[in-house]
Amino acid sequence: MSEDQDDIILSELDDDELVPQMFDDLYDGLREEIEEGVTILLGRGWTPYDVLTKALVGGMTIVGNDFRDGILFVPEVLLAANAMKGGMAILKPLLAETGAPRVGKMVIGTVKGDIHDIGKNLVGMMMEGAGFEVVDLGINNSVDAYLDALAAEDADILGMSALLTTTMPYMKVVIDTLIEKGLREDYIVLVGGAPLNEEFGKAIGADAYCRDAAVAVETAKTFVARKHNSGAQA
Amino acid sequence: MTNALSRLLKSRDWLMADGATGTNLFNMGLSSGDAPEMWNEEHPDRIRKLYKYAVDAGSDIFLTNSFGGNASRLKLHGAEKRARELSRISAELGREVADASGRTVVVAGSVGPTGEIFAPMGPLTHSAAVEIFHEQAEGLKEGGADVLWLETISAAEEYKAAAEAFALADMPWCGTMSFDTAGRTMMGLTSAAMVAMVEKLPNPPLAYGANCGVGASDLLRTVLGFAAQGAERPIIAKGNAGIPKYHDGHIHYDGTPELMGEYAVLARDAGATIIGGCCGTMPEHLEAMHKALSTRPRGPRPTLEQITAVLGGFSSASDGTGDDEGPARRTTRRGRRS
Repeated sequence: MSEDQDDIILSELDDDELVPQMFDDLYDGLREEIEEGVTILLGRGWTPYDVLTKALVGGMTIVGNDFRDGILFVPEVLLAANAMKGGMAILKPLLAETGAPRVGKMVIGTVKGDIHDIGKNLVGMMMEGAGFEVVDLGINNSVDAYLDALAAEDADILGMSALLTTTMPYMKVVIDTLIEKGLREDYIVLVGGAPLNEEFGKAIGADAYCRDAAVAVETAKTFVARKHNSGAQA
Repeated sequence: MTNALSRLLKSRDWLMADGATGTNLFNMGLSSGDAPEMWNEEHPDRIRKLYKYAVDAGSDIFLTNSFGGNASRLKLHGAEKRARELSRISAELGREVADASGRTVVVAGSVGPTGEIFAPMGPLTHSAAVEIFHEQAEGLKEGGADVLWLETISAAEEYKAAAEAFALADMPWCGTMSFDTAGRTMMGLTSAAMVAMVEKLPNPPLAYGANCGVGASDLLRTVLGFAAQGAERPIIAKGNAGIPKYHDGHIHYDGTPELMGEYAVLARDAGATIIGGCCGTMPEHLEAMHKALSTRPRGPRPTLEQITAVLGGFSSASDGTGDDEGPARRTTRRGRRS
């Protein structure tokens, strides 16, 4: 890594320059620079919520769009997400203290038998980047693991991922169990994984199939907004 | 060094590989989430039957039931210590079926991805990956596999680690990657970049290519991308039989046998020497593919338009190769420092 071109002094940039620079630094996956940027904005009196939504979420949206459009691929997105995580680590405790608005909470994990968690991790990171709380159950989750976590965390969204022909049908097992227990309407169920498609998602009873992490964020936002609206009417 | 595959490649100008493993095992009662490799021990009759499907449909090569038979994947099922043993059994069963066929059928020891991301982005180190692949390779070799067959790989680092492991096991091999993200692998590798990577390996594969991915159209675009690089090494095409649909509690891929026959002929015209299917490719698909390959004449290399006219559209406008490299990443003030 060359430091030669690193002649930008973040603290010398005013807010109008610093935020776009942070977008760039997220895009380039520069964790230390993002941590520095977050600290500078907080020092200038920004609320933690504004730093999250205006600087980090804004930057991750660009990353998400270019991932969706086949411009960035998994390695670049992992780097960007890692940089964002650095910023989030500073913001998280402050957000809790200041009682920032809650966007929604997601329980996510790959289904039983499926170790392939790269896509799931990306979705988790991008959801956090969009301001959601994410409870990551990791890989190889049974029906009980999903249901227990949904209840314990008071979650809004269940995200399931499967990458193999041999594990895809397990998502239906989970959804069928939710239906049996009368819990299906309590959660927004999003599914993903390379071999899946929209029709498959519908056939197993999910609310939506999400082609990639960027789409997952957009879909989650839409469904959460819809849920809040219908709640207001009830 | 000669082996069953190199001999077949010398005497024939196309070979047929096998079809789906997972989809066929489901139809025999495998439960979602269970490790197919356990059946090598629990239901050897069903695994023999799976292999026999391919042999009876005319396949010259079939892959063993060991795709997830590495320590990293088997750990999920508490069987990480059994990678070598379960892989060995998968090959032993394959050897039995191949030897009873009365012709030369290649037993290809399937090696799938570890499921981990390489350092520094993920936890997997090069030496750990080599060790995982080497262990499985030794098991497949002991069981009598003719060649090793790496498949569904998305990272160049993982492909290279497997190559190194196969050299340690002193085994000939083939290796395919999965191009499922805007015409590239998940990690962003293009078809052209794969050829460059393969040709630089100290122990290059007997044949290389693409498997799984999105659909048959995308896979053929990838094969055209390989062929355009002008390398002499035989190309493998193993595409899915359409896309997965779910009904009546079963997964079904929507590609018909007739369509897979068309796919097989187009794959050969596009430059592939070893042609097979992947997910959703059932015995009836293989029979149609074998018939089409045996009876239809070779044609000129198909254009992208001809491929989409027969098999349907591509999942992305560009695959990152050729004149149209697709959209470029944004320019940032600092630039990329890697």
